[in-house]
Amino acid sequence: MIGKPLKELGKALADKEISSVELTQLHLDRIARLNPEINAFITVDAEKSLAQARAADARIAAGLAGPLTGIPIAQKDIFCARGWRTTCGSKMLGNFVSPYDATVIEKFDAAGTVNLGKTNMDEFAMGSSNETSHFGIVRNPWDRSRVPGGSSGGSAAAVAALMAPAATGTDTGGSIRQPAALCNLTGLKPTYGVVSRWGMIAFASSLDQAGPMARTAEDCALMLNAMAGFDEKDSTSLERPTEDYTRDLEQPLKGLKIGLPKEFYGEGCDASVMARVQDAIAEYRKLGADTVEISLPNMQHGVAAYYVIAPAEASSNLSRFDGVRYGYRAPEYSDLADMYQKSRAQGFGAEVKRRILIGTYVLSHGYYDAYYLQAQRIRRLIANDFVEAFKQCDVIMGPTSPCTAFGLGEKSADPVQMYLSDIYTIAVNLAGLPGMSIPCGFSDLGQTRLPVGLQLIGDYFGEARLLNVAHRYQQVTDWHLQQPKE
Amino acid sequence: MSHWEVVIGIETHTQLSTRSKIFSGASTAFGAAPNTQACAVDLALPGVLPVLNRGAVECAIRFGLAIGAEVAPKSVFARKNYFYPDLPKGYQISQFELPVVVGGSLTIQVGQGDKAYEKRVRLTRAHLEEDAGKSLHEDFHGKSGIDLNRAGTPLLEIVTEPDMASSAEAVAYAKALHALVRWIGICDGNMQEGSFRCDANVSVRRPGEPLGTRREIKNLNSFRFLQQAIDYEIQWQINEIEEGRKIQQATVLFDPDTGETRMMRSKEDAHDYRYFPDPDLLPLMISREWVERTKAAMPELPEAKKQRFMADYGLSAYDATALTAALDIADFYEAAVVAAGRNAAKPCANWVMVDLAGHLNKDEKELADSPVSAAQLGGLVARIADNTISNNIAKKVFEALWNGEGQTADEIIEKQGLKQITDTGAIEALIDEVLAANAAMVAEFKAGKEKAFNALVGQAMKATKGKANPQQVNELLKKKLS
Repeated sequence: MIGKPLKELGKALADKEISSVELTQLHLDRIARLNPEINAFITVDAEKSLAQARAADARIAAGLAGPLTGIPIAQKDIFCARGWRTTCGSKMLGNFVSPYDATVIEKFDAAGTVNLGKTNMDEFAMGSSNETSHFGIVRNPWDRSRVPGGSSGGSAAAVAALMAPAATGTDTGGSIRQPAALCNLTGLKPTYGVVSRWGMIAFASSLDQAGPMARTAEDCALMLNAMAGFDEKDSTSLERPTEDYTRDLEQPLKGLKIGLPKEFYGEGCDASVMARVQDAIAEYRKLGADTVEISLPNMQHGVAAYYVIAPAEASSNLSRFDGVRYGYRAPEYSDLADMYQKSRAQGFGAEVKRRILIGTYVLSHGYYDAYYLQAQRIRRLIANDFVEAFKQCDVIMGPTSPCTAFGLGEKSADPVQMYLSDIYTIAVNLAGLPGMSIPCGFSDLGQTRLPVGLQLIGDYFGEARLLNVAHRYQQVTDWHLQQPKE
Repeated sequence: MSHWEVVIGIETHTQLSTRSKIFSGASTAFGAAPNTQACAVDLALPGVLPVLNRGAVECAIRFGLAIGAEVAPKSVFARKNYFYPDLPKGYQISQFELPVVVGGSLTIQVGQGDKAYEKRVRLTRAHLEEDAGKSLHEDFHGKSGIDLNRAGTPLLEIVTEPDMASSAEAVAYAKALHALVRWIGICDGNMQEGSFRCDANVSVRRPGEPLGTRREIKNLNSFRFLQQAIDYEIQWQINEIEEGRKIQQATVLFDPDTGETRMMRSKEDAHDYRYFPDPDLLPLMISREWVERTKAAMPELPEAKKQRFMADYGLSAYDATALTAALDIADFYEAAVVAAGRNAAKPCANWVMVDLAGHLNKDEKELADSPVSAAQLGGLVARIADNTISNNIAKKVFEALWNGEGQTADEIIEKQGLKQITDTGAIEALIDEVLAANAAMVAEFKAGKEKAFNALVGQAMKATKGKANPQQVNELLKKKLS
């Protein structure tokens, strides 16, 4: 049962080939064996997970099961889950046990899934390598000397190492797609507003969006069916009719128009990555798709704009972590200002502090127009570029990440190098579009086979179409089925 | 003082009368045990999000309509960032560049009697925002307690242009605004509980000079403090300048015990609030239809009602202003007029403003708790108008109604036999008796002592137990003595 797609697990559970308790225990056993080294989970609570599994078994026995009932899912530790420690990868929340459920958690509970544990992540989702977590680095199951990507690195590693059938992630600038690419997974960042942000600890509110990380496009579709939907508790959630994201999976791709932005195919991308992306495009042509060169002229400013907007919002979002009501408070302080300073100085890691400083700076009197407003203008231009592009094509394709998984510590000394990991993914968040990463082969680096991800970008609310395009490719390729050696 | 001009602008925080908070479902009721009315959103737990209360927006629209302002079709919530223990998120959600209400004005009555004058105070803007919690510095053994019950309570901050030139004008404005927000039902106006708090921006200059540097007096929660604080501040600023010092821009607090203002922070310590649009909230869009719907449900406004009272009931501007000071007074008055008849509208005004107000005041009662209803008062005034009773007897009847001795004026008049004697024959007989019994007075009158006539009228009224029509007594007495 380990490594099987969700649909098969659901069938096995429904046919009583295996119980949810057994399935959960199988994964807990793998976690017990592999997690000490991979470190994909921050919190595992077998008691809680098995209690949910027993409830799922009862539900299955009563004939009330849905497609995901009884399946264990790893939850990124950014989602508040009642009774679970919820750390967001930070010392600041190292002792925070959430008294309430995020909407995503509530929806998975309603679907009857089992919360398998809370996965590691870059602190407050700030990072592209999972090296900024207070709870230690996460190792890439494909090469344990390398990073899994980030910020949803724990979720990616958990699924890639077969410790979980699927996981949730969040994506502010590429945090689902980049680790999916580096760990050979299928990951989807939905259109902004499709999945509720209630209970998802905010990094950059206007960019954050939760989505599934799994082995196949079909798994992602099943996961998104559970996660998506309007939520009156999130004012930026979109009121739209419920969708079945599996509905178009089998649609043929004949006549599909693939846009290839010239900005994605220039310099800055490793040749080994580009070769696999070109192979994938060729495969799509075989499936009947046509390609058209397009341009996203303002994309080059995306990283700069992102590193103004995201830190600006983060600097404000993270102000609530002040040591007053919950979370970390410095053990000794002389007065109120000292309590704030020490608690935040000790509770936050270096990358978080860097972004709070950048964000505070760009919002400051006298700098706001030059940085924040200017970045918002660029954001608008980038969104307009995509609107123009989608007049010429149905889906945009290119690399997810300019490189494969890099070595632990390789980029952590140079923030700008790290930030460029997201050069192809950031524009999608700025525009609020849906984006996916799917496995499209391996780079050839001698001994080590490292996964390469193909990025698919869809028009607003084009999730079902994206999943269809990914699924058809996965019917004729088996990259997504490759598993790392243990 | 005469060679100094005073310039005052006022910012008022009015707490809106919504049942729940502006961005959460927690209750806004005052006086609950600390932190029992603070939900996850008010506590700013990780991951929580704000959702705007429609009722608070409705209040803002009502206010905009009441002052003839523009209700912005699009306004934007922004974050005002600063750290304080009673500000759980580390920012306050407010409106900055695009407020919900723009412009408008309020006409105020300043002073009384001959010196009274009207003035139009222009409003700059009004915006929606959330209140902070409270820091409690007592009873915690040197530490501070935080009560977040108030955190997230909806406020409408109303900002004027610097249009006021004295503390009297400032107080008149504050009173007019206070009456208006209660009138349109958006604020309970309870100043003790902090539902209506004023900040006064005060500066002085010599005539013809540009505006002086202002100092802002924070958090004045009574009209008296507002007046005292401004008067002190004006004098302080004048002294500073006259002694050759410059005024530094600052925020000050008023100490009611000493009657002085003292510096809270200077401009150098001013926060950089790093305002930016709140990404958790979409821009607030208010449709023309929403405004029109709200307009249709608005009560007649004080100024319009005042003009109508003057035109329809022939009231003076002073009376009309007094009777439109609050909606419940105006409603009471109009209900009394309905019962008394329109031709008794003027005496109704006197009865409401003098006798009723006096009794309420003496017994420390609110109008809502008045033992005498508008219908009862109107019924009483009707009996004066149709000469059933005299004004003096009416006061007795009113007293009886106040004490619950009867359901209607008619019932009391009947029961206590207070009906005016209008039968000329009966009165003449009484007067003859009075003249016979008071021969000395008659003689005095005839000797030219006018005063004696009044004494005779008094005797005649006494003989009728006040039930005779005084005018009639007067005339008959004159006739008999001539």
